[in-house]
Amino acid sequence: MEIMWIEKILLVVIVFAISLGTAAYSTLAERKVSAFLQDRIGPNRAGIFGILQPIADGVKLFFKEEIIPANADRFLFVLGPSLFMITALMTSAVIPWGKPLDLGGRMFDLQVTDINIGVLYVFAVVSIGVYGIMIGGWASNNKYSLMGALRASSQMISYELAMGLSIIALIMMSGSMSLKEIVAQQSGELYGISFLKGMNWNIFYQPLGFLIFIVCAFAECNRTPFDLPECEAELVGGYHTEYSSMKLGLYLFAEYVNMFVSSAMMASLYFGGYNVPFLEMLNLPYNVEVFVGVLAFFTKIIFFIFFFMWIRWTIPRFRYDQLMKLGWKVLIPLAILNILLTGFGMILTK
Amino acid sequence: MSESIQQYIPIAMQFLVASGFVITTIVASWLLGPKVKTLHKLDTFESGLQPVGNARMQFSIKYFLVATIFVLFDVEVIFFYPWAVNFREFIQEGFEGFGKMLLFMAPVLIGFFYVIKKGALEWD
Repeated sequence: MEIMWIEKILLVVIVFAISLGTAAYSTLAERKVSAFLQDRIGPNRAGIFGILQPIADGVKLFFKEEIIPANADRFLFVLGPSLFMITALMTSAVIPWGKPLDLGGRMFDLQVTDINIGVLYVFAVVSIGVYGIMIGGWASNNKYSLMGALRASSQMISYELAMGLSIIALIMMSGSMSLKEIVAQQSGELYGISFLKGMNWNIFYQPLGFLIFIVCAFAECNRTPFDLPECEAELVGGYHTEYSSMKLGLYLFAEYVNMFVSSAMMASLYFGGYNVPFLEMLNLPYNVEVFVGVLAFFTKIIFFIFFFMWIRWTIPRFRYDQLMKLGWKVLIPLAILNILLTGFGMILTK
Repeated sequence: MSESIQQYIPIAMQFLVASGFVITTIVASWLLGPKVKTLHKLDTFESGLQPVGNARMQFSIKYFLVATIFVLFDVEVIFFYPWAVNFREFIQEGFEGFGKMLLFMAPVLIGFFYVIKKGALEWD
């Protein structure tokens, strides 16, 4: 019994470290990817290929002065970034990183916790994240920050609706909201063809749902083309205009953690999570198979993180009315259509 | 302690780790950074000019409207979830489970189109 809790604590710490590590190196990757897309070199001074750049950035932020503006609400000013970071770090609890490891007969679950409402838990925690931005922007007592915070919260709640609707079609097919269950179901045979084992990914059944989901994920993470809350040119940073030092760091860093978690969600909901096609044919030892699965999952996550960056450095940002129109008048009707299509499809092919 | 409550304990652990990290970070950067407060540094930033008035001001009603409509529809969307989880069982008995949901969905959609036709989501 006790050993189970020790395992859980260990896993929580590992997941936490991996989230932070991936997020830290995403900041470097973002600069390298942008440099590549714009035919530049990117950071290359701190360590070989700039490999120590995230550490240098972190140390720099720690040694900067903390400024709390005289007009700001001091308590809420500190609460805002804290809340944003805490919620960003908490969503990873329900993601299954791999099949259970076999430690000499004892199964070590590579998922912090398997709650039966996994998908809803993620939505709930993400919604609390909106408060982080709203509180921070309001407490700054700065017009830019307030505008940024209002835009952010308005945008995030709008796209959350479409996101929730796009997931419903997926849940109709899986019959479960536990992420572990959803990923496990994707290990089967695609369209019942026995050759395509381990390819039963939801993307092949829910392409429209995935499209809606990924657009909403971009909007939830405030990434380009949906980065209106922080657009540097008009709002000078938006909700974090007044922030400095590590409180600014928390806001910026949490965005990358969010990106990591939403990539993990996309990979596990639609791209089979840790499932690798044709892996079973190789007849590997069980633990090696688990390990390959975890690696495959992280490859998928890294691909999606790269996709986030690729879009950011390719597409310009929307105008606000276009953003709202896309969210309410395109994505929500499309998501409802997707539910209807899924329903009819399932009844016809049952 | 029941099984289902035990499953939420790791979430509490994750919360403790996350908030521990955040508190450490904020305290550390407060201890490490310089503290030279001057009047203008603590001033609100407004394009490098003297700030005009307070930021506690009126803003567009549209944001409020979007938030209200979101609350309305989000509550309705939540009702879809229990139905979606059991959908595979419903289709065993034919069209009925789906038809009942269409009956629920129709008023939601009517409300949605009413909101759009009223121009509640028009941004100009």
